[in-house]
Amino acid sequence: MTRSTKDSAALEYAAGGGLLSRRMLLASAAAGGAAGLLQPSMARAEAEIPEWTKAAGARARGYGAPAAAESAVQRAIIEPWQDVAPAFSLSGTPHHKLRGTITPSGLHYEVHHGGRPDIDPARHRLMIHGLVERPLQFDLDVLERYPMVTATHFLECAGNSLFNAVMPEPMQAGCDMLHGLVSNTEWAGIPMRVLMEEAGVKPEGKWVVAAGADGPSLARSIPMEKIMSDGMLALYQNGERIRPEQGYPMRLLLPGFEGNMNIKWLTSLWVTEAPVHTKDESGEYTEILADGSSLQFTFAMGVKSFITHPSSTMTMSGPGFYEISGLAWTGSGKVAKVEVSADGGTSWAEGALAGPVLPQALTRFSLPWHWDGSPLVLMSRAWDETGAVQPPRADWKARYHASNFLHYNAIQPWQVTAEGAVQNVYL
Amino acid sequence: MSIFKCTATAALLLTAAAARAEGPGLGQPLEAADIPFYATYVTPEGTGLPAGSGTAAQGAEIYAAKCATCHGATGSEGPVMPPVGPNDIWAKPAGSYWPYATTLFDYIRRAMPLEAPKSLSDDEVYALAAYILERNGVIDEQTAMTAETLPAVKMPNHGNFLDVWTKQGAKPW
Repeated sequence: MTRSTKDSAALEYAAGGGLLSRRMLLASAAAGGAAGLLQPSMARAEAEIPEWTKAAGARARGYGAPAAAESAVQRAIIEPWQDVAPAFSLSGTPHHKLRGTITPSGLHYEVHHGGRPDIDPARHRLMIHGLVERPLQFDLDVLERYPMVTATHFLECAGNSLFNAVMPEPMQAGCDMLHGLVSNTEWAGIPMRVLMEEAGVKPEGKWVVAAGADGPSLARSIPMEKIMSDGMLALYQNGERIRPEQGYPMRLLLPGFEGNMNIKWLTSLWVTEAPVHTKDESGEYTEILADGSSLQFTFAMGVKSFITHPSSTMTMSGPGFYEISGLAWTGSGKVAKVEVSADGGTSWAEGALAGPVLPQALTRFSLPWHWDGSPLVLMSRAWDETGAVQPPRADWKARYHASNFLHYNAIQPWQVTAEGAVQNVYL
Repeated sequence: MSIFKCTATAALLLTAAAARAEGPGLGQPLEAADIPFYATYVTPEGTGLPAGSGTAAQGAEIYAAKCATCHGATGSEGPVMPPVGPNDIWAKPAGSYWPYATTLFDYIRRAMPLEAPKSLSDDEVYALAAYILERNGVIDEQTAMTAETLPAVKMPNHGNFLDVWTKQGAKPW
């Protein structure tokens, strides 16, 4: 974020708090370009030439890695019971250090109930059995010969943003801790329908119990309707084989459904008449409501967004021009619009969406902003194509029992102080 | 284009789509003997439960040796999702909140203990299910858990769940 000397009197405002018209994006870029034109001058012999410009560089290498200076860009690790159950571990994507929409594979979030298994791909198999005409098994070599499809989709843990959901006071942490359990990947693999049709699902087969090859053999009951409509056996992640953290050598992908159902290290698809009430659908991924009753089989993730730039733990570099940027998504199709407020929700302006806007995928939004240096609250509010909109935190909390931290999709306010600190707040 | 041609084109397209959907057909036959237990799940009716038996008293000893470190001395202390409730840590204790007792057997058998899953005998798993249910006041001390008695256990929170998928499908709550 850089300061600008551009005259604020000439700005075209879109809403309070200094939000600018989206047209200002181009206008300010043009102004900056003009101001930046260098006057022709003589080259100076005494100007510094950095040492890397005076030496041969490193040789080609087989697998690249981020620049050494970027080594601090890491997932935030959360181990709720590291002393007694370290394998139950999570890591969150550092969205405040990333741009664009695709999450690098090495920074995709993880939630492991029993750790990350070390699987020999030559011995791994996928079984399809139960209420099918032909129980089948597939190894990786065979699956490689099937026609594959490619699609970009987010995955979000149902417990993403859990600290905001349950902590009485807002936790001061970055987007990696606060909202890092969502990531976005280009997946390639085999439509699940192709494999299920090969096995021949019997008419009474209405559910599929998917299980992983990890230690706990994590299992979930999934409606056949979802498996057959857009379920994918994902084999590739951002072009390369799926990372061990994301289910190597294969995982189930159910676009828009809570992360836990997208079974990693997938080894079995058992076709049944009814759900079997696995551990995860009995307690871990059910939501207690305000009246004490519970919701079960809450599969799709709600519409949600947050501003990544600026965001909690960042410091503003003085008054002037900034671009507000963030991420929005929904489990129900596409993001329709994202509104941004710079005055705590009193007024809103619509952000620009970076296209193409894809279904069940992270969508980046942005809006130019002139911060005058006074304290204010930034917020984003996403709408999806079904008309659903993010609720304020108080409305979300009112629906649920105080302990519930699942499916939290409330509006995220960031307080910008006069000193330029950006902080997590509840509104 | 005539109606005939339209119909013929549509039929061709359908045939092509069907052929694509079928795939290359390279799956290998899977025999029942090659399906491990964790590829299925014990149903609420008890289908899939093996022979065996265990009481709360037997379960208490196994629990102390293999479970207490994570779940607490008596199952309600934690720190990890204590299965005995009510407790101050976890609002959804397995032994009182879950809708079906059969899930206790299946989950313990496939996933517990965390560092050595699938290491418990069926008798041990029945005993641990009995211990957790007894500690929650759901069954008495004398009742052994078996393939017959476990599915018959009436869980106290059963009937307190709304099935959102049946109610509204993929529309988020």
